[in-house]
Amino acid sequence: MRVVVLGCGRVGSTLAAILSREGHHVAVIDRDQSAFDKAAQRLGPSFTQETVRGIGIDEDVLRQAGIEEADAFISVTSGDNTNIVAAQIAQQRFHVPKVLARVYDPIRAEAYREAGVQTICTTAISTGLFHDLVLDRQLRSIQEYLEVIAAHPDGVDQRPGAGD
Amino acid sequence: MYVIVVGGGKVGYYLTRTLLSEGREVTLVEKEQERVSRLTAEFGENVLLGDGCEVRVMEEAGMKRADCVVAVTGHDEDNIVVCQMARRHFGVPRQIARVNNPENETIFHLLGIGETVASTRIIYSLIDQEVGTGESLLLAALKRGKIVIVTLDLTADSPAAGRMVKDIYLPGECVLAAIVRNDHILLPSGTTQLESGDTVIAVAEPDSQHVLRDALVGARPSRAG
Repeated sequence: MRVVVLGCGRVGSTLAAILSREGHHVAVIDRDQSAFDKAAQRLGPSFTQETVRGIGIDEDVLRQAGIEEADAFISVTSGDNTNIVAAQIAQQRFHVPKVLARVYDPIRAEAYREAGVQTICTTAISTGLFHDLVLDRQLRSIQEYLEVIAAHPDGVDQRPGAGD
Repeated sequence: MYVIVVGGGKVGYYLTRTLLSEGREVTLVEKEQERVSRLTAEFGENVLLGDGCEVRVMEEAGMKRADCVVAVTGHDEDNIVVCQMARRHFGVPRQIARVNNPENETIFHLLGIGETVASTRIIYSLIDQEVGTGESLLLAALKRGKIVIVTLDLTADSPAAGRMVKDIYLPGECVLAAIVRNDHILLPSGTTQLESGDTVIAVAEPDSQHVLRDALVGARPSRAG
């Protein structure tokens, strides 16, 4: 599989390292050279096959990373809007078959999920996990965490039995 | 008409000031506290502190009843998301976005934002006019700067002076719209002869302006030279 990862932070670089170790070809894009240096220190220099320095919504940068041949595109920069816009470019301009975007803001994540962008709201997932763990409740599915927080972004969970 | 402006930089500031002076209802959304303090001193309660990409802030700004949202932050991806959320989530009928990097303009259109203002490109074309085209003066930019209306003053030295319109080579992207001669307007036809002292009003695509200038008034070194 050919994968393009946008954002060489902890998630982006670790994901690249795992996929690389499994034999996939990964190109990682980041606007900051020091992000690659840090990842190489943390994970070893072979954490990815390819690094491309540049802005993730720049089509030339995406092409350089091989987006035209990519089977998957994953945007995990620290900026929600960068991830959302880059994912839409990957989908609509380059027709990448699988596109995923991390979006911290639960409402924006939900809005774009409805519009056809597969968003992963890590805020909703980790909030849900902490919530259940702190109350010694049984863990729920990721899908459920995403839905609960998206429906009640202000924290008011109105499911029957919630907040006991 | 209710307009929401997102981004309180220079463009947002002057736009808000202009809209308010025309008596329109405006809310300016800006996320930096320091800027908001300065803006509030002038615009009062028309300024809202918050991230214009956040739904809660958009709701507070009254996005549901807005007739138009204008996204003029310094970040293209933020401007795109503001416009998309305004349309999809709130059904705002009209969204206008500022394009910071002119190369991103096609992305805005790809992602469904029809109305864009690429200020960098417009300013560049104005500078290009000023520096490179001597007697050519920009009157107006249409279609977000893709079409320009210019005037050119002919002198005795101009290659077009004394020639008929049909004998002047012009690229297809240029149209001679009118000739002003002795304070009268002439509609040019193929057999109209241009004269020294004429002012020619032309409609052109920006890239063909140089050819237009060369054909009518001749190439001329820049003012600095």
